[in-house]
Amino acid sequence: MSKRRFAEQPLSDWMKGQGPESEIVISSRIRIARNLRTHPFPMLASSQQSLEVMNQLTEVASSGKLSEQGSFETYKLAELSELERRVLVEKHLISPNLANESRNGAVILSDEESVSIMINEEDHLRIQCLYPGFQIREAWTLASRIDDIFEEEADYAFDERRGFLTSCPTNVGTGIRASVMMHLPALVLTQQINRILSAVTQVGLAVRGMYGEGSESLGNLFQISNQITLGQSEAEIIDNLYSVAQQIIEHEKAARQRLMTESSIRIEDRVLRSYGVLSQARIMDSKEAAQRISDIRLGIDLGMIGGVTSQVMNELMVLMQPGFLQQVFGEPLSPEARDIRRAELIRKQLT
Amino acid sequence: MLCQECGKKPATLHFTKIVNGEKNEFHICESCARDKGEMIPGSPNGFSIHSLLSGLLDFERTGPGAIQETMRCEVCGLTYPQFSKLGRFGCSSCYQSFESKLDPLFKRVHGNTVHVGKIPKRSGGVIQTKREIDRLRRELITRIDQEEFEAAAELRDRIRELERKAEGL
Repeated sequence: MSKRRFAEQPLSDWMKGQGPESEIVISSRIRIARNLRTHPFPMLASSQQSLEVMNQLTEVASSGKLSEQGSFETYKLAELSELERRVLVEKHLISPNLANESRNGAVILSDEESVSIMINEEDHLRIQCLYPGFQIREAWTLASRIDDIFEEEADYAFDERRGFLTSCPTNVGTGIRASVMMHLPALVLTQQINRILSAVTQVGLAVRGMYGEGSESLGNLFQISNQITLGQSEAEIIDNLYSVAQQIIEHEKAARQRLMTESSIRIEDRVLRSYGVLSQARIMDSKEAAQRISDIRLGIDLGMIGGVTSQVMNELMVLMQPGFLQQVFGEPLSPEARDIRRAELIRKQLT
Repeated sequence: MLCQECGKKPATLHFTKIVNGEKNEFHICESCARDKGEMIPGSPNGFSIHSLLSGLLDFERTGPGAIQETMRCEVCGLTYPQFSKLGRFGCSSCYQSFESKLDPLFKRVHGNTVHVGKIPKRSGGVIQTKREIDRLRRELITRIDQEEFEAAAELRDRIRELERKAEGL
């Protein structure tokens, strides 16, 4: 079997684009949850019912309207190998829930992978749009347009008082989850991060560590997203996230500035030390790799390292995960073997 | 300290659960923790948003005047106790079936109970018009308060026009 498009490259095409504030904001994402009025939510749907949902929604993808937004490919989860599903999760194109627990699940992917439409996840339909850098409004515009295309064909579950009805009460109303993924090494180094993040949670936003378990952050990456979906309009939700993220960007910039004036030699030492380790190490676990990649990325942003780009660092963050490592080396790997292969792969990328 | 559940093994897990300001401390051993896995943050079974929600919903159920009769969604068959355990609705009709219980829940989760965002284009024409009428009525009141009667009259005509349109839809 030939490799599927999405499994060939660790970095989706959309990630290669440049966005505003891309030194700090890696990506912006909108996810919209929708359901059909006619069928029980996926949790309670029979196999027959979820099959009907899948057929009806994938039909929309093959109709003309969606193709105006680009070229799309539909994959049924049941037809993908375990490794392929894992790779999709590692690229954040589908959720672990869709990969492992869905019945008659499917994903519709756009060419450059900036749009991924999940079918029969927790809700019948989840539209996700990803943009590089700080472009949350642009992501919403696109997601809303795709939402309109589905709404023309599908009978949405909508209630005048409660809005769009979702399986989980935390999504009801707009059904929207807006998030930005931020790289905040200077706020972590200067130990301001906890204060800032706890302030963020006070204004109705949630913070998650990216790639880490639960709230632990790997590689100083944090995902900030809205919590409230009912009683605020999409524009309010996005504006709120936008202005908070904007303030965090300013704080991170100020912290970087301060590090450069107060302890530039220490930062340079830290950055180049990490560079040295990554370009020479023979065994590298994912936690250490994430931290050192973060150091190098900071070094690139501060102009301390030339020759590598932040795009290579983005690529490494995806590539170094278990699924992709096995995809690249074409064999199942034990955790020990993964650490050796990871070190090998990183060395190759850096030299 | 001995485990407060079995009273036999030493307690190795200590955590505090705060629900609506009510604080409870737990000191339990590994094996009891496994049994109660779901309620403990950081345990292998995890502490998901759904179990957190079911905590909120349970609180509702055990409060004073708890409903004895079991509510059930006619369409998908999900009962209210099942909903509160799973933290998820079974179908879009559940929202109607459990309507009487939802305001407090949404209030707690979102701080709000009524949707103000996007409305579906195809089925939402009437709602859009109704919303516009509500907005104009509010504006009308302010205009009258400020004694801007000319502007108020214009608003009144616009509202009448929209009302006729809403009836026609």
